[in-house]
Amino acid sequence: MSKVSRRKFLAGSLAGGAAVVAAPAKKALAAGNFSGFPDGMGVLVDLTRCVGCRSCEAACNKEQNLPKPAVPFDDTSVFDLTFHHGTQKRRPDENAYTVVNRYEPEGMDKPTYRKMQCMHCNEPSCLTSCFVKAYTKTDEGAVVYDEHVCVGCRTCMVACPHNIPAYAYSKVINPVVKKCIFCYDTRVSQGKPPACVDICPAQVMTFGKRKDLLKLAKARIKRNPEKYQTEIYGEETVGGSAWMYISGAPLDEVGCDTSLPKEPIISNVKGFLGVVPMVLSIWPALFTGFHLLATKNKDHHDSHHAEGEE
Amino acid sequence: MFDASKWHMKALLLLMMGLFMSVSVYAMDASDAPDSITIDAIAQYYEPVEFDHAMHTELAEDCSVCHHHSTGNGTSDIYCSRCHSDYKELDRVSCQDCHSVDSFSAEAINRQGQQDLFHADMLGLKGAYHQNCLGCHQEMDGPVGCEDCHAKTDAGEKLFDSGKYAPEPSEGGGSHH
Ligand code: HEC
Ligand code: HEC
Ligand code: HEC
Ligand code: HEC
Ligand code: HEC
Repeated sequence: MSKVSRRKFLAGSLAGGAAVVAAPAKKALAAGNFSGFPDGMGVLVDLTRCVGCRSCEAACNKEQNLPKPAVPFDDTSVFDLTFHHGTQKRRPDENAYTVVNRYEPEGMDKPTYRKMQCMHCNEPSCLTSCFVKAYTKTDEGAVVYDEHVCVGCRTCMVACPHNIPAYAYSKVINPVVKKCIFCYDTRVSQGKPPACVDICPAQVMTFGKRKDLLKLAKARIKRNPEKYQTEIYGEETVGGSAWMYISGAPLDEVGCDTSLPKEPIISNVKGFLGVVPMVLSIWPALFTGFHLLATKNKDHHDSHHAEGEE
Repeated sequence: MFDASKWHMKALLLLMMGLFMSVSVYAMDASDAPDSITIDAIAQYYEPVEFDHAMHTELAEDCSVCHHHSTGNGTSDIYCSRCHSDYKELDRVSCQDCHSVDSFSAEAINRQGQQDLFHADMLGLKGAYHQNCLGCHQEMDGPVGCEDCHAKTDAGEKLFDSGKYAPEPSEGGGSHH
C-alpha cells in the first residue's frame, strides 16, 4: 500500500496547489527579508493580560478534536509539572497544540503566564526543510501541512526553532506531523479568529492583520513604557512570525528564546541548499529510507513514550 | 433586577425625555442606574452575572472607573483627561454600545488599521468586562476565581472537561505536557 500512496503524493506535490502557494515565499527567501504576505493575519499576545485560566487550551482541544485531557482544563495543578529533571515546562505536542505555562520572573509580584503554540513564521523553516513539500504558508499567514503528503521524516521537527511540530504515532499509517494550524480550515480561512483567541476572557490575544498588530503593539508599549518590555517577540525573531508576544517580564524569563537570530533559519544553512539537486535525484531512495525510519520509530514508540519523554 | 438590554430601552427613553425637557446636559448619578443588573449579553459557557451596581458605585472612586467619561462625570484617569476633560454625557453608556460583542468581526479588524482613529486598539465586550472587573478585583481583593462571578453552564463543563465531564482517573488519552 505504501508504494501506491507514495506515487500519488509525489505527483500531487509537484503539480498541486501546495507548490504554487509556496512559490512566493521561496522567491522572497533569497532576499532574506520577507515579512509575510501583505494582508497576512496574525495574533498579538499581551502577556500582561493573561491570568492563566487555560480556556485557550480547552477551546483548542475541542476545535481540533484532540483526545480528552488527563485532567480537566480548569485544573491549574498542571502548571507545577516539569520534565527532564525540572529543566523543562509543558510543551505543545500531538495531543495539545497549545499549552499555557506559569513563570515567576524575579522582582515581579505576580506570575506571568504564557501560552505557546506554532508561531506561524513568515519564513517557516519547517516548510523550507520539508523534502516532500507537505507544508504551505497560506496567504492568511497560517503554516499548514498536508497529512497525506507527510512521510514522517521528522526533519521539520529538527528544523523548527520553536520546537513545535510533534508526531502522532497512533495512526495506522505513517507517523504524521501534528501541530497548531491557526485553525486555518475551520476559522482563519473564513476571516474568523482561531478558537483560542475567541474564547479568551481577558482578550490576551488580539487577532488582526499582522502589520496592524505591530502598530498596536508599539502603541501599547509607547503608552506604558514602565509596564512593557520594549521588545516584540516574533517581530523579527527568525524572520518574524504571524504570532507575536509583548510582555511585562523580560522575554527570556517567560520561556521565549531570545537567543534566536533575526534571520530566518534557512539563511543560516544556505550552503546546505547546494545539496538539494542531489537530494532530488536520489529522493526515491531517500523516501524508502524515511519510511523505514518512520515505521521503525512507530514500533519503538510505546515503550519510549511510557518513559515519559518530555 | 434588570436585564441590561431592557434597561437600555428605558435609558434611551429617559435620555430622549431629558433632551426634550432641556438642552443643558446634567451628569448622571447613581440613581440613573439600576441597583442591580443581570449582565447576560454573551452568556454561553457561563451563567449570566448578577452585578450589584449600587454596591460598586459606592466602592469605586467615581463612575469613570468603569464608564470612562461617558456618564458625564469627567474622568479620573489623567491619561484620558488630556483629551476628554469635558463633562458631557454621551448617548452611549452601556459597555456594549462601544465594545462589540463580536470582538473580531470584519469591522473590528478593519478598525485596527484605520489611520484616522485615535482608539484603533479597541477591546471586545468580553475583554472589556474582564479587564475592568478582574483588574479591580485583583487590586481590591474582590472575587477573581472564574466561577466566582458566573458558574459554568453544561456547555462550559463540556468545554473544560470538568464537572460531570471530568476524565476518570484512568481515562484521558491526552498527555498533559
Ligand atoms: C464598577 C463598575 C461601575 C461603576 C463604578 C459604575 N457603573 Fe454603571 N454600569 C456598570 C455596568 C457593568 C453596567 C451594566 C452593563 C452595561 O450596561 O453595559 C452599568 C450600567 C449603567 C447604566 C445603564 C446603562 C444601560 O444603558 O444599560 C447607567 C445609566 C449607569 N451604569 C450609570 C452609572 C453612573 C452614573 C455611575 C457613577 C455614579 C456608574 N454607573 C458607576 C458598571 C459600573
Ligand atoms: C490624544 C487624545 C486622546 C486620548 C489621550 C484619549 N482619547 Fe479617547 N478619543 C480621542 C479621539 C480623537 C476620539 C474620537 C474617536 C477616535 O479617534 O478613536 C476619542 C473617542 C473616545 C471615546 C468615544 C466617545 C467620545 O467621547 O466620542 C471614548 C469612550 C474614549 N475616547 C475613551 C478614552 C479613554 C478611556 C481614554 C484613556 C484610556 C482616552 N479616550 C484617551 C482622543 C483621545
Ligand atoms: C462611549 C464608548 C464606550 C463605552 C460606553 C465604554 N467604553 Fe470602554 N473604551 C472605549 C474606548 C474608546 C476605549 C479605548 C481607550 C484606550 O485607548 O485605551 C475603551 C477602553 C476600555 C478598556 C481598556 C482601557 C482602560 O481604560 O482600562 C476597558 C477595560 C474598558 N474600556 C471597559 C469598559 C467597560 C467595563 C464599560 C462599561 C461599564 C465601557 N468600557 C464602556 C469606549 C467605551
Ligand atoms: C472599582 C473596583 C471594582 C470594579 C471595577 C469591579 N468590582 Fe466587583 N467588587 C469589587 C470589590 C472590592 C468587591 C468585594 C466587595 C466585598 O467583598 O464587600 C467586589 C465584589 C464583586 C462581586 C461579589 C459580591 C456581590 O456583588 O455579590 C461580584 C459578583 C462582582 N464584584 C462583580 C463585578 C463585575 C461583573 C464587574 C465588572 C463589570 C466588577 N465587579 C467590577 C470591586 C470592583
Ligand atoms: C469579576 C467577575 C468575573 C470574573 C471573576 C470572571 N468573569 Fe467571565 N464574565 C464576567 C462578565 C460580567 C461576563 C459577561 C457576561 C455576559 O454578558 O453574558 C463574563 C463572560 C465570560 C465569558 C463569555 C460568556 C460565556 O458564557 O461564554 C467567558 C468565556 C468568561 N467570562 C470566562 C471567564 C473565565 C475563564 C474567568 C476566570 C479567569 C472569568 N470569566 C472570570 C465576569 C467575570
